[in-house]
Amino acid sequence: MTHPFHSTLRELVLDASTRGRTLRPHGSGSKDFLAQQLAGAPLDMRGAQGVIAYEPSELYITAHAGTRVADIETLLAGRQQMLAFEPPHFGPGVTVGGMVASGLSGPRRMAAGSLRDFVLGVTVMDGQGRVLQFGGQVMKNVAGFDVSRLIAGSFGTLGLILDVTLKVLPLPQAEQTRMLELDDALALLRLREWGAQPLPISATCWHGGRLHVRLSGAQVALDAAAPLIGGEAVDAVEAAALWRSVRNHTHAFFDGDAPLWRVALPPTAPHLALDGDCLTEWNGLQRWLRSDTDADALRHVVGALGGHATLFRGGRTVDRALGVFEPLKPEVMAVSQRLKQAFDPSGVFSPGRLYPEL
Amino acid sequence: MSASPQAHANTANSHSTAAAPTVVSRAALIAELARVLPADCLITDTGRLRAYECDGLMLMREMPLAVALPTTEAQVVAVLRTCHRLGVPVVPRGAGTGLSGGATPHKNGLVLSTARMNRIVSVDRLAQQAVVQPGVRNLAVSEAAAPHGLYYAPDPSSQIACSIGGNVAENSGGVHCLKYGLTVHNVLRVRMVSMAGDVMEVGSAAPDSPGYDLLAVTIGSEGLLGVVTEVTVKLMPRPRVARCVLAAFDDVRRAGQAVADIIAAGIIPAGLEMMDQATTVAVEAFVHAGYPLDAAAILLCEADGTAEEVEDEIARVRTLLDAAGATEIRVSDGEAERLRFWAGRKAAFPAAGRISPDYYCMDGTIPRRKLADMLEAMNAMSDKYGLRCLNVFHAGDGNLHPLILFDSNDADSLHRAEAFGVEILELSVALGGTITGEHGVGLEKINQMCVQFAPDELDLFHRVKAAFDPAGLMNPGKAVPTLHRCAEMGRMHVHHGELPHPDLPRF
Ligand SMILES: Cc1cc2nc3c(=O)[nH]c(=O)nc-3n(C[C@H](O)[C@H](O)[C@H](O)COP(=O)(O)OP(=O)(O)OC[C@H]3O[C@@H](n4cnc5c(N)ncnc54)[C@H](O)[C@@H]3O)c2cc1C
Ligand SMILES: Cc1cc2nc3c(=O)[nH]c(=O)nc-3n(C[C@H](O)[C@H](O)[C@H](O)COP(=O)(O)OP(=O)(O)OC[C@H]3O[C@@H](n4cnc5c(N)ncnc54)[C@H](O)[C@@H]3O)c2cc1C
Repeated sequence: MTHPFHSTLRELVLDASTRGRTLRPHGSGSKDFLAQQLAGAPLDMRGAQGVIAYEPSELYITAHAGTRVADIETLLAGRQQMLAFEPPHFGPGVTVGGMVASGLSGPRRMAAGSLRDFVLGVTVMDGQGRVLQFGGQVMKNVAGFDVSRLIAGSFGTLGLILDVTLKVLPLPQAEQTRMLELDDALALLRLREWGAQPLPISATCWHGGRLHVRLSGAQVALDAAAPLIGGEAVDAVEAAALWRSVRNHTHAFFDGDAPLWRVALPPTAPHLALDGDCLTEWNGLQRWLRSDTDADALRHVVGALGGHATLFRGGRTVDRALGVFEPLKPEVMAVSQRLKQAFDPSGVFSPGRLYPEL
Repeated sequence: MSASPQAHANTANSHSTAAAPTVVSRAALIAELARVLPADCLITDTGRLRAYECDGLMLMREMPLAVALPTTEAQVVAVLRTCHRLGVPVVPRGAGTGLSGGATPHKNGLVLSTARMNRIVSVDRLAQQAVVQPGVRNLAVSEAAAPHGLYYAPDPSSQIACSIGGNVAENSGGVHCLKYGLTVHNVLRVRMVSMAGDVMEVGSAAPDSPGYDLLAVTIGSEGLLGVVTEVTVKLMPRPRVARCVLAAFDDVRRAGQAVADIIAAGIIPAGLEMMDQATTVAVEAFVHAGYPLDAAAILLCEADGTAEEVEDEIARVRTLLDAAGATEIRVSDGEAERLRFWAGRKAAFPAAGRISPDYYCMDGTIPRRKLADMLEAMNAMSDKYGLRCLNVFHAGDGNLHPLILFDSNDADSLHRAEAFGVEILELSVALGGTITGEHGVGLEKINQMCVQFAPDELDLFHRVKAAFDPAGLMNPGKAVPTLHRCAEMGRMHVHHGELPHPDLPRF
């Protein structure tokens, strides 16, 4: 869907490209902390805002990149629908473009899927100022390479996201959160055992000896599952506040200056033998770690388990030269560099945001 | 048998993307491959090569120079390095059930079949993951997982035969993908070998991996980026109970509306399929599923979960179907009846094969709310071209599989079937949909890519391919047309549902 703002963007991109300058697209800037480097003239993508199409019975919504995610979620809630991947809001103004570009998902990720699973289509402007449309508004579409999902999580380094179509899902009929007191090793065992059974678990969070488990679905299904999970029911208002705080990093665990690592692990990875406080989500697959452990040592431990680590927030003491994002294997980096070239031949967009080589 | 009538118009290799590969002598290629492969892994005699002449798109045929059947990844690497050095195109092949000619040989190329890489490496109950080689059949994964109470969700109708490598290449779906997703939602990690012979892993057993999402672009890439040598799939706990509702309608519009009503009510059924009357009649004669033959359309709606959940969902679905004007509603009682409800739907292809010498299976996807418009338009096309058409839909996600019945021995019938198919695909795009929901572009729909995508978009696809395969030797000429080809065809690009002359009546 064209918007007058796109011609402004095109001029800026072509100008930057001919003069050898760089641009850094941003939404509300809520994820500026999550960067290897912030380079390029800031380019505010909020010049085009608003929902382009919303068809509740087709399960999709299309919006300009500058649309606030909060507005979309309000609109969806009015029709008993949601963004099922529960994108984090690290500030009030989070935009759809920034959400898709950073590709982050929240507590419901293991049950519903990740952000990229819900991207049906995008319109992007590449480094030559060309407006390109990929995917669409239908659920099944295999014409051409899946560029829409490649754009998700590319942190604005491949192109400007102009608009996005996302699949939406109905809100669960009911939710209930249970709390169990368990140490982390036992919690991991329980989570794994539950995962292999058809239980309506939609989110999990372990911290400080307490495991919270959220169940979502038909009331009858929750009633049947609750005794299998055990523990005690948590008051609904309190539970909603807990999940919001985990999703948006307003939970007390995220306070303070200690470096914050995000560790993604395979399902059977054990408890991490690393110093520091840990908050475990996603059935044990996403672990947040506040730790001064040396980056190389940490990545060594995590890598040996088949996972990877992001220095999500560096704190004051940490050296970014260690790499905010997990270093890529050489053959993967080679393809990534050629992909960057394909989209952005003169290197206009956010150089070095992810890796110095991209 | 499924067949494309377009074969007579295009020979398989008239679409090469990259510069024409240097033609090396067949003898030289075979001699070089014989150094890196055991003798029984290389097919060179014409009689045995015939078996590889086509995939499920049977009217598009080409003889390859040779077929390699490696048994290990190291052999795949060696074969690809050899072909890369000699400039020989390589066409990856799984089970050959693809319906768009993705595995049609290249006349100056090698076919690399993964059929002998068919080992299930591991099934891990607690991780809910399985690691399999690419030649493993789709159904074999679920069979291996069954003792653990798990299964692999994507279930294409070809699941007894098609391979996981082929599923990855096509991003295949099945009747349950509305609720459980396509291949892209159920594959976690892929190991693949590039044309240059480099081994690369994309995705991981963890929930994501650093850098660009190369896994997403690999899935559905139709064998253009690399040869898949190992796949990690997600396994799901098998639902405790599944039940199916069969509803009959005397009007396709009402059936289409019922589909929208179910989704709008916040229900995501495990399956939601629709068949028109012609299909119902054809399959009933074949499988005796007990379908009402007087209905204009039949819906099949499946609920799964715990017994309580299923009962709850079935009750809600029933109410909605009643309100939408269903003339008859049956709920499966027991597993035998549920399977009988599905038997007819799953037998649509063989039933078509029974009543017609040939059929041509289309695969457009449209917004769900346009289902009835599309059906009416296709009925009009059926009259216009004088060919019968059976309509089966993955109604829940708007994916259409019209089966156009024709006779390939009658050149005119073949020609009309082709024109009929093209009109359906182009109307799918005009209605805001796509030319292919799950079968891929391959060679078959390459012309319609010019309708769905603008030249700049096609250019970017070529650049993406070149990022993985700079030499342009991996399955060249498939999936993405050259700009030259589109210009020659003179096809008008319809930009995503925005018709060039919206005021003109279309059907
Ligand atoms: C676990 C977690 C913790 C977080 N913690 C914090 C926190 O403490 N503080 C905080 O402020 N945020 C935090 N965030 C990030 C955040 O709030 C969001 O997820 C949000 O979606 C960012 O949107 P934005 O509009 O603010 O994007 P921005 O931060 O403006 O941009 C994010 C990225 O998207 C790119 N981008 C933005 N718009 C476009 C576009 N139209 N086209 C192309 N690229 C674009 C930018 O170049 C950048 O790479 C956190 C996120 C997660 C998942
Ligand atoms: C009766 C029938 C019913 C069908 N029903 C469905 C359905 O319900 N849903 C659906 O989605 N599809 C369906 N199909 C289509 C087909 O079965 C799928 O596309 C399937 O995924 C193809 O798998 P295959 O192993 O046969 O691949 P092939 O036909 O051998 O190859 C398909 C493509 O994959 C590439 N390829 C194969 N293996 C590899 C590899 N290891 N590495 C890289 N590329 C590779 C090939 O180059 C080719 O482009 C049906 C087909 C038939 C005949």
